[in-house]
Formats: sequence, structure tokens, C-alpha cells
Amino acid sequence: MCAICGCVGAAESSHQHHHAYDHSHDTARLIRVERDLLSKNNEYASLNRGRLRDNAVFALNLMSSPGAGKTTLLVRTVSDLMARWPIAVIEGDQQTSVDADRIRATGAPAVQINTGKGCHLDAHMVGHAIGDLLPEPRSLLFIENVGNLVCPAAFDLGEAHKVVVLSVTEGDDKPLKYPDMFAAADLMLLNKADLLPYIDFDLTACCAAALRVNPRLQVLILSARTGDGLEAWYAWIEGHAGQLPPPAVRLP
Amino acid sequence: MHELSLMEGVLALIEVERRAQVFSRVRTVRLSVGALGHAEPEALRFCFDAVVSGTVADGATLEIDIVAGQGWCQGCERQVPLPERYAGCPICGSPSVRLTHGDELRLAELEVN
Repeated sequence: MCAICGCVGAAESSHQHHHAYDHSHDTARLIRVERDLLSKNNEYASLNRGRLRDNAVFALNLMSSPGAGKTTLLVRTVSDLMARWPIAVIEGDQQTSVDADRIRATGAPAVQINTGKGCHLDAHMVGHAIGDLLPEPRSLLFIENVGNLVCPAAFDLGEAHKVVVLSVTEGDDKPLKYPDMFAAADLMLLNKADLLPYIDFDLTACCAAALRVNPRLQVLILSARTGDGLEAWYAWIEGHAGQLPPPAVRLP
Repeated sequence: MHELSLMEGVLALIEVERRAQVFSRVRTVRLSVGALGHAEPEALRFCFDAVVSGTVADGATLEIDIVAGQGWCQGCERQVPLPERYAGCPICGSPSVRLTHGDELRLAELEVN
């Protein structure tokens, strides 16, 4: 709205002027803003993180290319750990509730977020999903991001840790080709390791590339299909989730 | 194409500014984008017109200042230029370089009236 005559801005009306005088609409001025483009997302992420921490909910954000085996890994993980922890899952996909249906078949509660044309989950969507799920105090929350090795890396969801799943069929050069994802993650799971004897995948080169991008990255090698290596993954989860403080307040 | 979401972030920040400072139209949107960051300037430009269409920033010019990569090298003990994010120090080869510039993704300023 114009401060001088109270007329609305050009974007809100055709803004036809019939004044007999000129009040210099064209005088431009500069406003210094200097704010991060992700600041709104980061505010929502902070809210999510505080809410999860207050309820001692340990949240992991799983990211990978499409087809790396995130859902298969989650179905197996949920089935194996649900006797030890209450578990809830947030599933992100552009379309369908196929993944949430697969999780619910294990007996764990799951919410599906369909992003439509969106290529990643953001903290605002995840906040609503947490509100729908109301994870129990002292529970695990898995967030399966949209299959995409690029965009989800930039969006903090309020999780405790980001986990990147890379399947060995994708090639050992991915950490250098898509460095932001590997730089953002705390843990890399190398999935489909049962296929290693049949493909040209240089495990040493892949790990070296990932560590070059992110020297503090931890790496576990596993197969969600055969179950090899899953105990180390479960030990990692329990080791980190066990550090949670007791719940402060219940989710509203 | 997370640049679309980033541009929606620009619009959200413009709306915040508009509540605090009275203006009727945004003429120029100036972003600082790091050369080693995760946003592609051309993709940002591509999304801009679509996102601001019908808003207070409809018709605004988008200016993008690219911030060159720089880091603090522990080996050299000084600021060094960084042409690549994960490649180590281009002068002494040390991998211990902390990125100090080049990751920016900021709405720097608005020209309004």
C-alpha cells in the first residue's frame, strides 16, 4: 500500500492514477535484507527439532536416489526394531501412497507426504506430518525423503541426523558427482552389497571419495535384502538414540 | 529443481519486509549466491518470473551477485581462493581448508518504491 495516498500496489490492482498532483511513486529506495533464502525452512526445522527433542523422539532423515532401496531398508529396519522401540515413519514421494502402505504392513504408523511436483521434503510439510503422527515419547521416527540425490540435501527437516543411502549399482563416483548430499550426511549406508561380486564397484574408491567430501562421514556396508550388515546399522541407531534425554513434555 | 522452493523463500522474505517497511512495488531483487553453493543461478532466474507473477514483485529485475569461493587454509594459515568446494587448498594441497565464502544463498537487498 502506498504510504502517501493509501492506494494499493501495482500487483494488487491495475493501479490507475487520477490524481491532479504527483507524489513521486517512482522514487526508488534500497532495503538491506541480508537473510538466507532458507531462513523460513530453517525456522520450521528448529521448531520440529525442539518438539522432537522435548519428546525424546530420535528422527533420521533418509535420502538417496530413487531405487537405492530406502523403503526396503526401512521395512526391514522397522520389522526388526519395533519390539525394542516404538517407531513411526514419514514417507515422502511425489505421487502415490505405495511406500506408506508398505510401512503400515509392518504394523508401524506411517504418514505419506505427496510433494506433487516438489523434489524434496521441507520442514513445514514434516511439521504437519509430525502433528498427524504424534510419535510416542522415546521413539524412533524415520523420514524417508523424496528419491533425489540433489535437492533434499539443502533442506533441514529438524532431524537428529541425515543418512544417505547409496546402492552399489549406482556407481562408486556418486559422492564426487553429488557432493552436497554426502557433505550434509552424518552416515552413509552402502546398500545392495550382496551384488558387489557381480558389478564393477570400487568400494575403496567410493569410501575415499565420500570421505574427501566429508571427513566426518561414517560408512556402513549392508544389504537390506539379505540382512548382512544390518546389525551394525541397528547398533548405530541405538547408540545415537540412547543418548536422548528423557521426555520433557508430551506432544500437544 | 529446488531452486523453485528457494525462489518461494525469496517471496516469503519480501512479504516479511513489506509488513515492516511500506512499499508498493519491488523493482529489483538482489541475491548473493555462492559459486560453490547448491543453487544454480540460471535455474534461479528460470523460476523467478513464475514465482513473482501476480505479487508485489511482479516485473521486478533479478540481479544475482556471485560470491567467489574462499577458504581458510590451515597449511598456509591464510585465506586462499577455492575454485572447487572439496578439492583442498589450491596452493599447498592441504585438505584442511574451511570454506569461508562461496556457500551464500541470501536475499541481499530490495529496490522498492
